Amino acid sequence: MDNFQIPVSYYLVLSVLLFSIGVMGVLFRRNAIVIFMCIELMLNAVNLLLAAFSVLHGDTGGQVFVFFIMAVAAAEVAVGLAILIMIYRNVKSTDINILNKLKW
Amino acid sequence: MEPIIIVSLLGVTALLSEMFGFKKVLLPLLILGMAAALCFNQSHWGVNTSYYHDMLLVNNYSVAFSSLLIVVAGIWLVFSGPYFTEIAFRADRAAIIMFSLTGALVMISFSNLVMLFLGIEILSISMYILAGSNKKDPASNEAALKYLLMGAFATAFLLFGITLVYGVTGTFSLAGIADHVMSGRQQLPALMHTGILLMMVGMAFKVAAVPFHFWAPDVYEGAPNEVTSFMMTIVKTAAMGAFFRLFSTCFAAAGGTWPLILSVISALTILTGNIIALYQQNVKRMLAYSSIAHAGYLLMAVVAMNQHSAGALLFYLAAYAAATLPAFAVLSALAANGEGTGTEAFRGLAKRNPLYAFAMAVSLLSLAGIPPAAGFFAKYYLFVAAFQSHYIWLAITGVAGSLAGVYYYFRIITAMYISRGSRDETPIHASLPVRVMLLIVIAATVILGIFPGLLADYF
Repeated sequence: MDNFQIPVSYYLVLSVLLFSIGVMGVLFRRNAIVIFMCIELMLNAVNLLLAAFSVLHGDTGGQVFVFFIMAVAAAEVAVGLAILIMIYRNVKSTDINILNKLKW
Repeated sequence: MEPIIIVSLLGVTALLSEMFGFKKVLLPLLILGMAAALCFNQSHWGVNTSYYHDMLLVNNYSVAFSSLLIVVAGIWLVFSGPYFTEIAFRADRAAIIMFSLTGALVMISFSNLVMLFLGIEILSISMYILAGSNKKDPASNEAALKYLLMGAFATAFLLFGITLVYGVTGTFSLAGIADHVMSGRQQLPALMHTGILLMMVGMAFKVAAVPFHFWAPDVYEGAPNEVTSFMMTIVKTAAMGAFFRLFSTCFAAAGGTWPLILSVISALTILTGNIIALYQQNVKRMLAYSSIAHAGYLLMAVVAMNQHSAGALLFYLAAYAAATLPAFAVLSALAANGEGTGTEAFRGLAKRNPLYAFAMAVSLLSLAGIPPAAGFFAKYYLFVAAFQSHYIWLAITGVAGSLAGVYYYFRIITAMYISRGSRDETPIHASLPVRVMLLIVIAATVILGIFPGLLADYF
């Protein structure tokens, strides 16, 4: 288009970084709400990369997929928070270390 | 296509039954509707039709797996009467079951990665709710949360894989990706191979393959018995069907390291599942580990990837479902009777309810792969498929794993028939539909075991 275009590899590196931060968060944080946020971060890394690839290929399919991911992520978080509330009512905590009735 | 519409409408019907007060006839209505869906589904046999700009492709593979899913769900509904006894939750639970079945049907007829993702999520989000449907039970709560966190985590990997594949090929359509793979086989970029591996990791999480299995025993143990049975049959069938469809249509020709990595995952899954199952005292948890081991056998079909794989996969999943459903029907009956799910509960069952004991024994024999039951030929076909694709070491691992399996399955059979404990000998009552259905499913197991060609030559 013009000289100001950012190469797609930059988006790739940024997405991989965001995704890795999300993975680390899921693996090492102990609060269930923070883990949700980290999963959202992983999904948003994917969204960013999809949008970048979509522009690269000149194909709108990738951007439509982003909307699907957003909608599904919203549904997932709605169910997830409902489950968290259910657990909070029983054990008064959202720390996943309390959930050790079943051994890993 | 019609089965997907009918089953999702059945879900809506179940929600409406709350409003219009026909909850009493809901379950028979659902079974009737599923029978209709099955008929419509079979009418597509032999014809390839694609829907919605090539989003879904109905071919023989998807017809066969859809039929299996619908039949298994119907049998599950008959066995799971107690799960729907509580009238307040009946409509909700039935609706979520129907929606998850819709997701399963989408998962095995997709021809676009968008539909794969949507199918997996429709199925998974429904299952997160069902796993936690026993709201007062902390184990059920914990199962729901673990399933949700691990499921969402796996989905993110799958999506990242899909994105990388899209970045290389510029399309989500399976046919487009397959074209790209075929035309550029020699110079596929590293990004493509990374994408394939990430998608494989995502799917391996969903089918609970080692080393991505650690959520499965907890979720299977914590969820209500009927839901565990649903997860082991319907969810596993859909996930394996989708896994195989994805890799056979798109990535079989791509080469790279995925067949090697997947064969190692398969062998590890077989060994780990069987060995840990040996040490379980709780039958439900033992079945959970055995289900992990069975996922390992099933992955052999994806690794082998030859003309016998699809038939072997279908036969194995059918045999596995036909063995798991009765086993869980018996387990649920004992648990509902207040006996728990330990091996202890099965002591002297042959005296208390001969039919239950017999059904459990046949199911366990089938799971172990002992000849008169269907499980023998199921394993045989998979091992042959692996052998033909020169994965001889994998076939040998499979045989070794199933030998270990014989031990822990027989422990329960001995407890039921031989050991005489101090347990009371009051008979356990089984309702008429459950008794009839148990007999039908056992008969199916034995008939498939004697005439395996009925299903294995389906394709």
